[in-house]
Amino acid sequence: MMATSKKILEQEPSEIEMLLPWHAAGTLNVHDARRVDEALARDPELAKQYAIIQEEYAETIHLNESLGAPSTRAMQKLFVAIDGEPARRTSGSTGISISARIAGFFVSLSPQTLVWSAGLGALALLLQAGVIGAVLMRDQPASFQTASLSTNEPITRALGPEAAPRALVRFAPDARVADITALLDNYHASIVDGAKGGLFRLQFGTKAMSKDEIAGLMSKLQSEKIVSLAVATP
Amino acid sequence: MQVLYGRHHVRVFRFGLRVVRDEQVAEDLISEVFLDVWRQAGKFEGRSAVSTWLLAITRFKALSALRRRKDVELDDEAANAIEDSSDDPEVAVQKKDTGDALRKCLTALSPEHREIVDLVYYHEKSVEEVAEIVGIPENTVKTRLFYARKKLAELLKAAGVERGWP
Repeated sequence: MMATSKKILEQEPSEIEMLLPWHAAGTLNVHDARRVDEALARDPELAKQYAIIQEEYAETIHLNESLGAPSTRAMQKLFVAIDGEPARRTSGSTGISISARIAGFFVSLSPQTLVWSAGLGALALLLQAGVIGAVLMRDQPASFQTASLSTNEPITRALGPEAAPRALVRFAPDARVADITALLDNYHASIVDGAKGGLFRLQFGTKAMSKDEIAGLMSKLQSEKIVSLAVATP
Repeated sequence: MQVLYGRHHVRVFRFGLRVVRDEQVAEDLISEVFLDVWRQAGKFEGRSAVSTWLLAITRFKALSALRRRKDVELDDEAANAIEDSSDDPEVAVQKKDTGDALRKCLTALSPEHREIVDLVYYHEKSVEEVAEIVGIPENTVKTRLFYARKKLAELLKAAGVERGWP
């Protein structure tokens, strides 16, 4: 046996020869697969060895498939163990990222809550649109002018303490939590109130913005794929 | 978790079973592997396929189970020199059918040779993925499989099956 092993160890395999098993399994990259194919075409000994490898490949699959499957005991044991795991909490833990907290917030919303709040949110939106429309209609030379409509002064000057801009945002139905959290990160936004009619009240950063900046922000937000509605709000 | 379990548990079981050679232990392994996945899901960075990650965890746990049983000793350096403690192929292989003989000899390979053959042929893992699962350099992966195949040829020859290689 030792003599045989020694003899075997003395035969150094070529790089191509060592790649044959992966070629049989179809897991080589295109470049290596081409190299092996070319070598097989010009070397009958290699081709002979490849035929043997294909046999080994088939029998290894046969052997593994004959091992059967585990009983349901394994699955039951697993899910009992999972049930016994401490509940995953996403709030109050200092080590949890903001994204994880936001994800947890979304997960905590029940579908029923979302359905009921959808109607209320739509109504709120209509009311808000009405108010905005009425204000715009008054954007005429008149005896008085609202501070928010001043064209010469930033809107925030008339609001007393400067406030960060806020908006009501509805996300697309197919928006994933990961996408939403990424968007929030990109816009330095946070959810200050949520899920009223499927609308979330977001706050953007901590500094006030001019009217034009807010308009630009809303326009940009509205162009996001996962945003179906974005309306600036006090 | 149910989807992940449904998709991968059979292969995890078979891979574990080939290492530990005990169905009860292999079933226990499945629970341990997927419970670990449940606990560590946040650590999965997606740089490798989920199945590769699962097989790496399975391998680690299977080897730990083997060590606990203390009936199999593994030594990376001596992998190629391991004499199989399983049935002598001359005794085990009575049939002339090459396929049957091959399967018996595949079972008689050393644990390290068995796992690399299974990972490449059955689990269809690339050189890089096997290296990641087993924790050895890619070149070692290639040479280890080559020598596993040589050992297989020896076992077959001893069992009276001559295939013309090597």
